[in-house]
Amino acid sequence: MSRSRTATALVACLVALALLAGLSLALGAQALTPAQLLHAITRPGGGEAQRIVIGLRLPRTVVALVAGAALGLAGAVMQGVTRNPLADPGLLGVNAGASLAVVTAIGVFGVTSAAGYVWFAFGGAAVAAAIVYAVGVLGPGGATPVKLALAGAALTATLTSIVTLVLLAHLDVFQQFRFWQVGSVSGRSLHDVLVVAPFAAAGAVLALVSGRMLDVLALGDDAARGLGLNVPLARALCAVAVVLLAGAATSLAGPIVFVGLVAAHAARTVAAHEHRWLIGLSGLIGAGLLVASDLIGRFIAPPGELEAGVVIALIGAPVMIALVRRRGEVMTA
Amino acid sequence: MTAQLEATDAPAAPTVVRAALTLGRRRRRVALASLAAAAVLVAVLSLTLGTLPVSPMRLPAVLTGHGTPIENLAVLTLRLPRWTTGALVGLALGLAGALFQTTLRNPLASPDILGVSGGASLAAVTAMLVFHAAGAGVPFAALGGGALVAVVIGLLSWRDGFTGQRFVLIGIAVAFLASGGLSYLMTRSDVRAAQQALAWTVGSVNDPSWGETGLLAAALVVLVPLAVWLAVPLRVLALGPDAAHGLGLRPVATTVLAAAVGVALASVATAVAGPVAFVAFVSAPIARRIVGAGGLEPVASALTGIALVTAADFVAARLGGFQAPVGLVTGVVGAPYLLWLLTRKDGGSA
Repeated sequence: MSRSRTATALVACLVALALLAGLSLALGAQALTPAQLLHAITRPGGGEAQRIVIGLRLPRTVVALVAGAALGLAGAVMQGVTRNPLADPGLLGVNAGASLAVVTAIGVFGVTSAAGYVWFAFGGAAVAAAIVYAVGVLGPGGATPVKLALAGAALTATLTSIVTLVLLAHLDVFQQFRFWQVGSVSGRSLHDVLVVAPFAAAGAVLALVSGRMLDVLALGDDAARGLGLNVPLARALCAVAVVLLAGAATSLAGPIVFVGLVAAHAARTVAAHEHRWLIGLSGLIGAGLLVASDLIGRFIAPPGELEAGVVIALIGAPVMIALVRRRGEVMTA
Repeated sequence: MTAQLEATDAPAAPTVVRAALTLGRRRRRVALASLAAAAVLVAVLSLTLGTLPVSPMRLPAVLTGHGTPIENLAVLTLRLPRWTTGALVGLALGLAGALFQTTLRNPLASPDILGVSGGASLAAVTAMLVFHAAGAGVPFAALGGGALVAVVIGLLSWRDGFTGQRFVLIGIAVAFLASGGLSYLMTRSDVRAAQQALAWTVGSVNDPSWGETGLLAAALVVLVPLAVWLAVPLRVLALGPDAAHGLGLRPVATTVLAAAVGVALASVATAVAGPVAFVAFVSAPIARRIVGAGGLEPVASALTGIALVTAADFVAARLGGFQAPVGLVTGVVGAPYLLWLLTRKDGGSA
């Protein structure tokens, strides 16, 4: 029964996602009818509508889809591997590492565009996650969930302090950084997506493969070992998946919080006991969340736009509170 | 458990048990004494060193009002208010973190991660950037924001009773909401004003006023005994709600009271100094490792908080050139210490 329910949810998510992506292409300061949209996509050869759709709305829709899906997948893997319902990709120090790298890019290397931040953000995220994981492994008992969570929070605090120190001392760096830090999907090109896509794809495959291992890990370390699982290796694979996914998302859209956490919780209300489904569903929900946030942000504060990172906090918080209130006991996984 | 079994087997065993208990008690006493000594050492250093150095030998005389005008200026006017504020803030945050983590049974639970600091920051930054408030308006906005957010989280997490897990998750949701609001305000205002607001959100005791510090002290006079008194029921509660109920405790009332005291402690400290990063989060784990016990350690956590904040402010004040807010140093110094602890022998038992 639960399997068919999961399948229904999966199909519903796919339909909703397609619908959201279509709306994201069609709606904005200048709304297009479905016919105009189709025309703009299928008939090359210029025109105002095509410039808007292909030049502006397509990139931001793709960025939102890729970054949102990556965050959703990463969130589900992260919560599974740490067995902590509070786990968010940001917890491995990913967001803080990316932030410090971007501050360095602005302050030291004079990088000024979102496209220029991509490699810095990715590198910073990966290094931070690797440090957190190394600290977790170094101590006795290996990378236990609590140690990973504590190490991630500790590194985040350190790096954030350093970032703030730089921002307080250098007004010009702060001037640029605050616009990256808010989290947005606009102003990126399809080329940026292509640069990051291989990492996101590798991370997605790894995340889906790790589902079976997470099912076994959920029984506890001893039981998992008894069932023949190589626990350290399984944890390391999951960590690599999270780094690839969260690094890709952060380098594309900035340090967007909340998507991973909310998507994984929403997915858990449908598929609580099979991680493979849970992770896949969480990825779809994450993509939908970010596309929807970007879409809402275009209308919520006319004449300007609200960044997706702000909107996701505005709509994500009530959704998450409602989820938590509805199903209290699900969160103990 | 093992010790008790051995005790029935061998007649010599009770001595062993007693020895072990004595050893535990002695370790606690030594740990508390060393924490207190560290706090006092930092206090002496903070009050004497600086551009106007004062001999430590002269400190008792200066503190009792027998110093020269220069000594009075250096110690009583410049350094004492700053140290006092730092110590009180550290005490409040250390206790608040210990209460949160024990009550909610989650090592990630602290006012930084739950919405309390975020609510206070959002209210204070709104006051600064939107209403251009200065002076006393900002701390009161912070106090109101932190308390309001805590009440909202409490109400939202009440449904057929109260669970720590739900409180934590709703707190995180609210924290995200607040951080989104902060980012929004920062991008929509003048960059200089935004930088000042950013400085507030780091937490600093650079420029304390006796009025604010006095209010903080008054609040602590009520809250600290309450927190220490709560330690015993919370230790019973750690046995599980059923066992606690059987021992005549009301689990829900105890949990709510402990969370409320934690929120109050964090809010008053944040109102005075801003959300000093990480102190509430690390004080209790550090204290537990130093004492070598598993449960709530109110006194050790408070002492750790005091030592942490005052030491960090001592460093912050003397970094030279740039007057760094204390919150930056607590983050840069406190966090690696926790990382180091995690890699050590008993690191697994967080």
